[in-house]
This record gives sequence, C-alpha cells and structure tokens, in this order.
Amino acid sequence: MLRLSLVNLILVGVLLLNLFMLGTSRIRGLIQAAALQGVALGAILLLMADHRDWNTALLAIATVVLKGSVIPRMLHRALREAQIKREVEPLIGFVPTMLLGAVGTLLSIAFASGLPLAPQHQELLIVPASFSTVVTGFILLTTRIKAITQAIGYLVLENGIFIFGMLLVDAMPFLVEIGVLLDVFVGIFVVSIIIHHIHREFASLDTRRLASLKE
Amino acid sequence: MLLLALIALPVLAAAVAAALASDRQRPVVLPVAAAGHLALTLAAISARSPSSLGGWLALDPPGRLVLLLLSSLFAICAVYAVGYLRYRQELSNRVFVPCLLGFLGMTTLVVCAQHLGLMWVGVEAATLTTAPLIYFNRTPRSIEATWKYLLVGSVGIALALLGSFFLAYASLGGDSSLLFSDLLLRADRMDRSWLRAAFVLLLVGYGTKMGLAPMHTWKPDAYGEAPGVVGALLAGGLTNCAFLALVRVFHICAAAGEGAWAGRLLVFFGLLSIAVAAVFMVGQRDFKRMLAYSSIEHMGILVLGVGLGGNGIFAAMLHMLNNGMTKGVLFLSAANIHRAFASKSIDQVRGAMRRVPLSGTLFLFGFFAITGSPPFGPFVSEFLIVSRALAADRFLVAGGVLLLLLVVFVGMGRTVLAMVQGLPSPDAERTRYHDGLLTGLPVVVSMAIVLLLGLHIPSPLAALLRDAAAYLERIP
Repeated sequence: MLRLSLVNLILVGVLLLNLFMLGTSRIRGLIQAAALQGVALGAILLLMADHRDWNTALLAIATVVLKGSVIPRMLHRALREAQIKREVEPLIGFVPTMLLGAVGTLLSIAFASGLPLAPQHQELLIVPASFSTVVTGFILLTTRIKAITQAIGYLVLENGIFIFGMLLVDAMPFLVEIGVLLDVFVGIFVVSIIIHHIHREFASLDTRRLASLKE
Repeated sequence: MLLLALIALPVLAAAVAAALASDRQRPVVLPVAAAGHLALTLAAISARSPSSLGGWLALDPPGRLVLLLLSSLFAICAVYAVGYLRYRQELSNRVFVPCLLGFLGMTTLVVCAQHLGLMWVGVEAATLTTAPLIYFNRTPRSIEATWKYLLVGSVGIALALLGSFFLAYASLGGDSSLLFSDLLLRADRMDRSWLRAAFVLLLVGYGTKMGLAPMHTWKPDAYGEAPGVVGALLAGGLTNCAFLALVRVFHICAAAGEGAWAGRLLVFFGLLSIAVAAVFMVGQRDFKRMLAYSSIEHMGILVLGVGLGGNGIFAAMLHMLNNGMTKGVLFLSAANIHRAFASKSIDQVRGAMRRVPLSGTLFLFGFFAITGSPPFGPFVSEFLIVSRALAADRFLVAGGVLLLLLVVFVGMGRTVLAMVQGLPSPDAERTRYHDGLLTGLPVVVSMAIVLLLGLHIPSPLAALLRDAAAYLERIP
C-alpha cells in the first residue's frame, strides 16, 4: 500500500510540473522541469515493478540518465550555441495556456474514469497523469513558437506516454522499452542538430520564419 | 537467420559506407547492398515460413508483399542514386548514403517485426534515418521541410506508441504477449473501449506516417524539397510500411469483432484523403508537390480498399504494389526533369519531352498509369476497389471515388501536359543534365513492371497476393 501511495505522490508532483511548465517564461526552467519529470519516471518505474530484477533496474537507470541528464544537457547546449533569448515566447499568453492545461487535466481525469482498469491498478493515478502530461506536451508543441520549446514539448509528450507504459512494466519486454528510450534519445539528438541548422540559416529559432512552404 | 541477415545486411553496408572516405566510391555500396538484399528477399519469400528470435521476426503473407516491393524499389533507386550523386558532387554524400542504407534496414525491420513494440521501434527508426535525407540539399527550404517532417511525424509516431500501449492494456493484465499471433488469438477477449481507443490512436499515428488527410501536412513540403530518389523511397517504401502496420492492427480489430466499426473509420479517412488531394492537385504549379498530393490520394485509396473489406483487401494489396512502383517512375523522372530545368515550377518547365525525351516520356506514361488509365497496373486495382464498393452496395462511396478520380485526372493532366508538351521557353535555364544510363534505365525498369502488372500478374505473385488477402480476411 505504501508503495502505491508513494507512486501517487510522485504522480501528483508530475502533474504540478505540468502546470509549472505551461506557466514558466524561462526556457531554462522548462528544460529543468522536463528533466525532473524524467527522474520521476525512473523512480515510478522502480516502484511499479513487481519483480525487481536487473532488467528493471537497468531500465530505470537508463531512464534517469537519458531523460534526466543527457537529453536536458543536449537541449541546454543547443540553447547556448544558438544564443537565443531565454524567454519562451508563447503564441497565446501564459495564463490562458495554464487554464488550457487545467481543463486538459480535468478532461483527462474524466476520460480515464470511463476506461476499465485491472484490479491491481484501481488505486493509481497513472492513467489521468499520463493523459494530462500528453496534453501538456501537445499544448507546448502547438502554442510555443521557438523550435527548442517545440522539442521540449515533444519530450513532455513522450514522458506522458512513458507514464502510461508503467501499467505494462511487466508486459513490455525489456528490449522494446530500451528501444523506445533510445529512439527518443536519437530523436532529440537529430532535432538539436536541426535546431542548430535552423539557427545558422535563419539567425533565429522562431518557427514563424519557417513559413515559405505553403500552397 | 535469413530474416536477421536481411536486416543486418543494409545496416552493415551503412557502416561500410560511413567508413569509406571517398565521395566518389561511396555510392557504389548502394547497388551492391541492394542486390544482396533483393537476393535474400527472394530466398525469404520462397522459404516456407522463416522466423527468428523466438517468433519476434517472421514474414506474414502481407509482409512478404511489402518486402518484395520495398526491396525491388530500393534496388531501382540504388542504381539511380549512383547516377544522381554523380551530378551532385559539390555536396558530400557521407551522411546521405549511410542513411539510405539505414532506411532500408529499418523498413525491413518494420516488415519482419511480429511484435507490436518492435514494429513501432522500426517505424520510428526509419523516420529518423530519413530526416537527413530530406535535408540533403541544405537550403533554408529543405530545413523547413525537415523540421515539419520531424515534428509532425514524431508526434504521429508518439500517438501510435500510446495506441500500442492501449492495445497491450486491452487484455487488462491477462496474457500480455504482444506478438501479433497472440494478439489475434485473444482479440475477442479484449476490453472494447480500450481496443477502440487504441485503434483510433494507431490510425492517427500510422496514418500520419502514411500521409492520410488531415494528418498529411508534412507531405507536400517533404516530398517537394527532398531529392527525387528520397521521394520515391518515401512514397513507395515508408508509407507502405506504415500501411502494413495499420493493416496488422485492423486485422486485430476484425478478429475482435470490431471490423465493421474500424472499416467505417478507414473508409471515412480514405475518402477524405482522396478529396483533399484532389482539391490541392487542381492548379498545382509545383510538380513535386503535385506528386506528394498524388501520394496522399493513393494512400486514401489503400485504406478505402481495406475498409470496404472482402475483395477490397486483395485489391488494396495489389494497389500497394502498383502505386509503389508507379511512384518510383514518377518521382525519379520528375527529378530528372527538375535537374534539366533547374526548376520544379510549371512556369519554367515546358517542353520536357524535347529537352529530356526519355524522362519526359516516362513522366507522361507515369501520369497515365497513376491516374488509372489502362493498360497499366493501377487501372486494374482501382477498378477492383470501385467494383468492390458497388458489390457491397456502397453506391455513394463508389460514385464519390469515381468523381474524385476524374477531378484528379483533369487537375494532374493539366500540369503534366503543360510540362511535357511544347517547346522549352528560350529564357529557361539550360543545365548540364542529359538523360543517362544510370538515371534512365532504372525508371524504364519500374515503368515496365507497372505495365506488366497491368497486363498479366505472374502466377507466383498472384499466389502471394491471394495468400495476403486470405490471411487478412481469416479470423483465427
């Protein structure tokens, strides 16, 4: 029981981080919040596994290292090299996006309550927390104009999906989970290279300049 | 072992290509690896049921078809790429060639993967290997296209992952194997609300990768800016892998008794894609973007065929081969025309049949083939899909499709005829490109295949097609 309430406590932290990310105006803060979420995912993974074996431990370590340290560092470097302003620059204001996030969270809880859960997952907040994080990532992706904040949005979206994966930690074989993590890592890697090129070509990371291709 | 070799060969070749120092020698790795891959593919298709890694890798009947198409199309593109890269010696191909080979390896993984998660990993990896390919020309426009491709594609693929998780959870903690054979067997015991939510997410996710409307926004940009050979591989290879993924998920839904519901969704997205493509093809002045819309249209026809069920599944499988090969013809010959005029707008491109007679003629034939004119392959498969709609009493669907196909024919025809006919305008730039053996012969070969598919389907291929359709209609 203690284990499950601990998981729920961390998930509440994840939800609060979501709201923080929608409200913060600093890119640095955004990256740190996403990194903190990555560490939280590793912790939940350790708590959720029924049989704590080497594979789960290894996966948890890989999660914390990749999502909590390597990827944030790459994003920080992209931020430094591109020498962009540190503000987030939203398309719509911070208060409206936070409201949007709150509504998204409420809808997630409503939607999640309509889906049946296995008996051992009844008490957990995993499904609403996962949906809410996915929604947060989606809002960040669509309402922030810098390429780097869009990349962070994608990272948060992936975090949300990863949270859902916790329900399947005994079902999803180790190899696939590692593959998923690695794909996210390589994805962010490719994205940060492209960010670098966007900056070089356009002297800006403003994706509104990426608008010459249209009908 | 055979399947492992099939995936490992291109990946090893990519490593070799990356290690080679000379930009002139590196492209030669492509046809060598492609020939090896094609030989292994033929061996794997004729072997009874190769499988590796405890059933994680195996060839199901629809997989055989996609693998055959993928390997043949890659062989055609590999020869073409050697010729293409000779014209582009000012650009380093150090990333381009290994990424092409990596693309072949990862798409082969998608085809052979019999595990829901492994297949997702393959689609994601294939997407990532294609991003540098789209960016090959290093122009601001190609960066923009790559960024949109990565962003839209990654979000789509992320939703497909969530859908895969839903599908895994639909058994509610019961048997949790994610092998397709096991998923099919326990489909009727799955929870319906999770299954339906999973199908919607997977349809949106893999539909984004296929380029179904309204998730198609990356496609005109990516196909417009990528080199033609990359466009051919995306439109004939990667999109069909995503289609295969979608068909496998649809099969699970059908096994759970939700086939009618899922089929309605497929018909809806199919018709919407054809309609959106038709609207944007009329008056299109950029001929590479026009081909992108044509790809959206034909992805719509594919899911429409599957959604109609019955004989429509067979027709969709045949249409996948026809469309893939015809897209090879169109993208490769369009790229030749693009190179000869240094422009992809019909404002500059006139009289392509005079300046590059072979490519101009092939492009014209390709246009007739893709719009469903006899005697080419797509005519047969489109005819079968429409007659399936009529046989199922879906007269509105059949009539709508025929009307939209007519709009596409007229819209595309105006652009294509303006390009190939007449005389090149005197102020149009004359580049040093002429049709050559390496950039001409591969297109002729794929055109010949399209013609053959329309006149007579060889009996081994017909057997493969029947097996695939029977497999997808069978509910275990």
